[in-house]
Formats: sequence, structure tokens, C-alpha cells
Amino acid sequence: MSKYYLGVDLGSTTSKAIIINEQDEIIGRGITNTRANYAVAADIARDEAVYDARFSVLKKNLEADLKARPEYRKYINDLESVFRYEQFKVRLDRLGDELVKTCREFFQEPEKQEEILGHLRAIRRAFKPKIKHDYLYNDLGSKNQFFRDIVSEKYNEQVSLLPTELFEPLMTVWDKSITPAENEVVKFEFKTLVHEAMELLKDKYANLPDEPQGSTIVDGPAFDQEMYLLKGQFNTVAESLRERIDEVAGLDFQIANMTGTGYGRALLPFPEDCIRSEILCHAFGAHAVFPDTRTVLDIGGQDTKAIQVDQYGLVTSFQMNDRCAAGCGRYLGYIADEMSISLNELGPLALKAEKEVNICSTCTVFAGAELRELTNLGEKREDILGGLHKAIIMRAMSLIARSGGVFNEFTFTGGVARNQAVIKYLGQLVRENYGEGITINIHTDSIFMGALGGAMFARRNVKAELPDQKKSAKVA
Amino acid sequence: MAEVKEAVKERSMVIQKEMLAELFTELSTAKEKGRKVVYTFVPGNLTELILALDMLPVYPEINALQSGMRKKSASYIKDAEKMGFSEDVCTYVKCDIGMMLNGNIGPTGEKLPDPDLLLLSYTGCFTFMKWFENLEKLYPGVEIAMLHTPYQEDGRITEDQLAYMVKQLEEEVIPKLEKVAGKKLDRARLAKMLDNSSRAEDLWVKVLQSARTVPSPIDSYFAGVYYMGPLFTAFRGTERALEYYQELHDEIMARKEQGLLPVTPEGEMKEERFRLVVEGPPNWTNFREFWKIFYDMGAVIVASTYTKVGGVYDQGFRHDPDHPIESLARYCMGCYTNLSLPQRVDLLEHYIKEYKADGFLINSIKSCNSFSAGQLLMMREIEKRCGIPVGFIESDLVDPRYFSYANIKNRLESYFQMLAQRKTILAQQTTTEQA
Repeated sequence: MSKYYLGVDLGSTTSKAIIINEQDEIIGRGITNTRANYAVAADIARDEAVYDARFSVLKKNLEADLKARPEYRKYINDLESVFRYEQFKVRLDRLGDELVKTCREFFQEPEKQEEILGHLRAIRRAFKPKIKHDYLYNDLGSKNQFFRDIVSEKYNEQVSLLPTELFEPLMTVWDKSITPAENEVVKFEFKTLVHEAMELLKDKYANLPDEPQGSTIVDGPAFDQEMYLLKGQFNTVAESLRERIDEVAGLDFQIANMTGTGYGRALLPFPEDCIRSEILCHAFGAHAVFPDTRTVLDIGGQDTKAIQVDQYGLVTSFQMNDRCAAGCGRYLGYIADEMSISLNELGPLALKAEKEVNICSTCTVFAGAELRELTNLGEKREDILGGLHKAIIMRAMSLIARSGGVFNEFTFTGGVARNQAVIKYLGQLVRENYGEGITINIHTDSIFMGALGGAMFARRNVKAELPDQKKSAKVA
Repeated sequence: MAEVKEAVKERSMVIQKEMLAELFTELSTAKEKGRKVVYTFVPGNLTELILALDMLPVYPEINALQSGMRKKSASYIKDAEKMGFSEDVCTYVKCDIGMMLNGNIGPTGEKLPDPDLLLLSYTGCFTFMKWFENLEKLYPGVEIAMLHTPYQEDGRITEDQLAYMVKQLEEEVIPKLEKVAGKKLDRARLAKMLDNSSRAEDLWVKVLQSARTVPSPIDSYFAGVYYMGPLFTAFRGTERALEYYQELHDEIMARKEQGLLPVTPEGEMKEERFRLVVEGPPNWTNFREFWKIFYDMGAVIVASTYTKVGGVYDQGFRHDPDHPIESLARYCMGCYTNLSLPQRVDLLEHYIKEYKADGFLINSIKSCNSFSAGQLLMMREIEKRCGIPVGFIESDLVDPRYFSYANIKNRLESYFQMLAQRKTILAQQTTTEQA
């Protein structure tokens, strides 16, 4: 039987899980927002990674078929997306129950209670089909958005359409409900969910247009060449794949060993010697993906790390920001909120900058004030964003200098490494300061590097060194 | 936060406790008994001169660190900041000023006497000068003596520098001390005290060097700061200090013989897993928790530069009864923070090799420029020369706002895991090479 290894990185903002096989290949990825209950965040990330791993195994088992038959490929991809929706739906129902419960507790007066309940029902009726549609037709599941973000956005959207006096009661009910709903462990049966997803796909394909009819159909799917291949034969495709899907669903996924890392590592329900510093894990992960790595920069939600590694991927020195999370992922999140745009839009907008406005502070707390002052001075949004992104890298460069500088090759990891503008300025400043000869590595899985390093330590069965005063005392 | 259990007291500790209690009682009754009081600093202190003239020394930075350990520094610092001292001013200064504003009650709960003389005998820390300028305002009319100590810019003490120091001592400092004391300096008595100093220094060096043994019988930093107390402060040159160091020496040599490991507040360590050299002063507000992170991980500090602030005796310097004033001058110029950066790096390199250290760690103090300036450079240089893992943490002397337990623990855990991993890999390599 194949053996699998798990790494969980419980970060300050997101929790990540990676599953690797015995060849160190990533076969499962899971990510969620870190929340009050760390164990739940870790569980969700791990479960997601296991589901993802099942799909990976399925695709691997079907490799030849998927290559030869595009309609199979399309079906499996759709199945994965709809599977995510099925998970989402279960959570959404839980949230619905919680909202009703909170409303009943909070508004004792029957009339008021009924009124708010009525609005809650209406809101739910309005946004549920929209979300379903986005999952089924717009591949929402692959967009790295978390449950909380998706529902918050839709809920806010609906509340804003209602009279302003309803804002406060509806938001109060929301604030009191989302946290308990989010912190509850919801267990899914993979097989049940995947079967439900297959049923849902039947409806989707049954309603496919008969032939190409321009680019968009109101309330229906956009015409898709690949999807069109499923027209008329989706039942055959589904039935011929069912056995293979069931086989993967029934697979006993044995995690042979695991490592927990990240800020919340001490709170993970892992054996003590399976907990390891995130600095070592990030370095090990980055070094595994790019074996010539000597310097690693990791910009996460609340911290920035500059790490020097040797030829074995072992850390020789590191520097981290203390006491201040200026210029980290949270800062970007804050800026996005201030500008009322999504985090994903920041980078592309900053890339349009014609100049970089000088930003004095990358302090998250001052972010809003500085942004407004610069806007008042007539600076363009793009140019301000250009300056902000550059300031983040300037700060990181000073940390790197403290750790000893950039050595070839240089690998950039962490959630912020997904931002194209950050990458642009990093390239510029690294070359300016350390010459043209530096190779800069950025991997699509950059956010998972800590979890990957953890999984790789687990596979090598390298036990973490722990406070063993207690252990030795027992021996003595 | 980490819970620390109660300490086990050894005889040397009992002696030291008695010495301190006696000193503070003497200080509290100094005015009634007509004893003159000199405020002075630890680096480059002229304790034998003060004691030979029957005066009593008070060390403001020791009071500040004591306040830090007794959890009083936060409110003292706050009071000094209310007076207008900036957030960035040395926290020893603010803590000390705050203590004075609150009645100048010392660590034993007894009141400290006002100074009759402010003796600034070391200027390598510029803040010391400003500190005394402030104290002068708090104690109008107080006598002042200042010894300008030249920095070892060229990495050595020159003949000119020595002559300059001796001239200042003979012509300015000693006459001022005599004036305040109201008597002439008894040179024979001074020589006798310097002889005591020198003998205590011999014993102290043996204590420090016991950490060359693997495993080490002492922690040269966390326990070292207690061991260095009598020699670095009010007791150098006394019979009592000599007695203390004899006792300490015998205790530690016995531990060494028996292969025992360092004593911690929770008893004896059972395993030495990492041997470290540490640069920079410790944090005092969370001293026990800070120490616990180390001993819980089996980390022993085998050498530290902080235990050299009151004299780098292990490099050969001794107070010399035959050349009393010259040796006092050399002593002032030779204390650790008066060394040039290259000298400090050389010394660290020497410690790492001599004490077979696995790692080098810097505790960078937010409010101490004389220690912190140049530390990153030192770290890079040590990494290059010694090829061992280096670590860097940040805290403060006595301002609890700058001791983040979670951050420091996180950094240290990573650092210890780094050391452990390196040891494993190196061991594997050696095995492969041997095969």
C-alpha cells in the first residue's frame, strides 16, 4: 500500500496542509483561513488536502484515459468543482441554523424576531443560487476563496440592498453567528459528497444548450467547447467513471507520519515530537523545490522571514520581524479593504503604476490614514499602490540584509509571493542590490512551502528536538 | 507563560546574600554614621579606591536591574517618561531615575542614601555621562569626579593612553575622592586590597574556565551574572569577596569532578545538548522565564561577553598591588565594552573555539547602544570564521514592554532545532566518512 506524509502549517492568517507520497511528490493541498479554534482550521486544511489527494490519485489512475478523452478530463474537473460546492453547502446550512438561533436569542420581541428572520430567509434565498451558479459554472472552487470570505461578501451585498436601519441588526446577527459556525468541526463523507456532486452534474449537463449560441446565455452556462463534448453522453461518461471514482473514495488514506508547523504549531493536536519550527520547514520546503536555494524570503500574513540555508537545506541563520507586522500580508489585506477592492486585484492595479509614490510607513495601523492623505494630495491609486508594493519589498530587503544578504539562488515563498507587483519590485531591488546574476525562484505552490517542508521532514522521519528536561528527569 | 519552580540554594549563594544584606544595611545607616557615599558604574569601577577611603559605593545600574527583577521597573520607567525622558532613552537610566523619584528605596526595601560624590570612571558608554548629568540635577551641589577613559581604537592600550589615565587618577580623581572622604588615601591599604582583588580574580577565572569541560558544570551567563556580582561591584578587594570566590570555586570544582551539570532555579540540569556563546546582556524583567527556555532545551551558555563587563580577567588582566594606579587605569580601559569591534569579534571567536560551542547567540538590547552597535557585523563575522549557526533575538534590559515571551520562545525554538538538525547531519557525515 502507498504511504503518504502530511505537513500542516498553521499560520497566523491561513492554515495550509500538504500531502506527499514516497517520492516527495505533492499529491494533496488544502488551505483555509486560520480562526479562533486552531484545531478546526488544521482539520479543515488536512481534510481538504486528503480530498485533493483523492482527486490526484484518481487523475493519476486515469492518466491514459484523461489524455485520450477530453470529455473525461472535463468531467473530472467539473466534478472537483461541484464537490467543493457540496462541502460549501453543508457549511452554509450550518451557518443558516446558527443565524436563526442567534436571531431568536437576540431579538426576544416576537414581532422584531419575525421581521429579522424574514429578512434572513430572503437574503439566503437570494444568494444561495448565486453561489451555486458560481461554483457550477465559474469554477469558484478553484479561486482560493474561503467559506467566510465568500459568504461575507454575498451577505453584505444583500444587506446593502435593504433599508439602512436594518444594517445594524442584520450585521449583529451575522457577527454573532459566523464565528461559532466557522469554528465547528463538520465531518464529511467523501463518498456521499462525491455521489451528490455527480447527481448535480447530471442536472448541469442535462441543461446544456444544444449548440453554440454566442458567448453567454442568461442564467445558464457559457458555451464551452470541452463541455459540449459531454452533451448527450454525460450519463455514459459518468457511469464509466463511477467505478474508478468509488475506488478512490474507498481508498484507505494512510498517513504514515506527519509534522505540524507555523505559529499555532504548539496548539496542533499532534504528538510533541512532530512539531517543528516554521523557519526550518519553510527553508526545507523551498530547498526541496529549488535545490540550489541559499537564501529564502518568506512573506506571510503577519511575519516576514529572511532565511539562509546550506546545501542540505539546513538553516544557518534567520531574521524575522519583531513586534511589528508592517509590510506583511495583513497590510495588503488592509489596503485592499481601504480601497474596497479584493486582495487579488491589488497586484494587477499596482502593475499599472507610472511612478511609485513614496510611502513612509508600511504600518498596517497607519495604512488607511496615509492612503487617504496621498489620495487627497491628488496621487493616482495605481501610483500609490506601486509605492506601497515597493515599500513592502524595501522593508523585506532590510531584513534580508540583516540576515546576511541575498545569495544565489534566491527563493521567494509565502502567500504574498502570489502578488505580481510584489514580484516585480522584488526582482528590481534584488538585481539593484545584489547584481544581475541572482536567480529568483517563485513556485506556484509558494504559500504551501512551510507545509511541504513539514511533510518532507515527516517522510524522512526526522523527529523534532524538544524540551526534554522532563524526559531526562524521568530517566534519572 | 512558563512557570518556574523554587530555587535550591548553595553555600556560596547564602554568603552572597548575606554580603548584600550587610551592604544595604550599611548604606541605609550611612548618613547617621557619617559614611560618605559614592555613586559609580560597574564597567571601569574604582571600588578599591572607594573602599580604601572608607566610603560606600552605590551602583545605579545594579539597582536598575534589581528593580527589573523585582518587577518594579515598569512603573519607575513610566515615572521617568512622565518627567520627559523619551521612549528611546536607556531603560537603566529611566528605571534608576524613577526609583529616586519614588524615595530611592533599594532592593532590600531599605532607603538608599543620597550621593556625596558622583564618580564617573568609565566613559565608553556615553549614556553614563548623561545619566550623571541628570543625577546632578536631582542632587544639587553633589561633588563630581570624572575619569575620561580612552576607547581602544587601535585594538590595544597605548603608553600615551596609560599615562593620560594615570595623570587623571593622580591629579583629579584621587584628590577629589580624598576631599569627599575627608582623609588621605592609605596607599598600603589600597595595595593590600588590590592583592585581594587579584587573588579573587584568579579564582573567578577558574570558575569561568570550568565551562571548557564537556559537559559544563556551570552556566556562564544565567548563573554567571550571580557569580560575577561581588567582583564586579561593591566587594572587590575585600576579604569577604575572597572568601566568597574560594567557596564558589570549591563548589564548582567539586561539581566538575563529579561530572555534574549546571544548577538552575529548578535544580540541576540532566543533559547538556547545546553549548552556546552569548553576546549581550540578559533581560532582567523576565530573567527566570528567559533562562528556563534555555535549560528546558538542554542549552548551556559556556561563555558570555556580559560576564566580562566588569573586567576581561580570563584574558590575563589582574589588579596589581605593585603597580596600583597603572593597574586601575588598565582595568578601566580593558573592560569589554571599551574594546574595539575587531577585538570583540576575536574574543568571541576565541570563546567559541576554546569552549567548544555549537552555536553563537546575540541578545540584542533595544536601549543599550554600547552593547548593541555593531552586533550584526559581529554575527556575520563569527558565522564566516567559525561556521556555526548564529542566532539573533531582541529584548531589553528592564523595560518589560520589550520582552515578548512568545516571540523570543519562537526564535529560540527555531534556533535550537537548527542546532539539533546540524548536529544530526554532521554526525551522519562523520559516520559516512568513517565508513
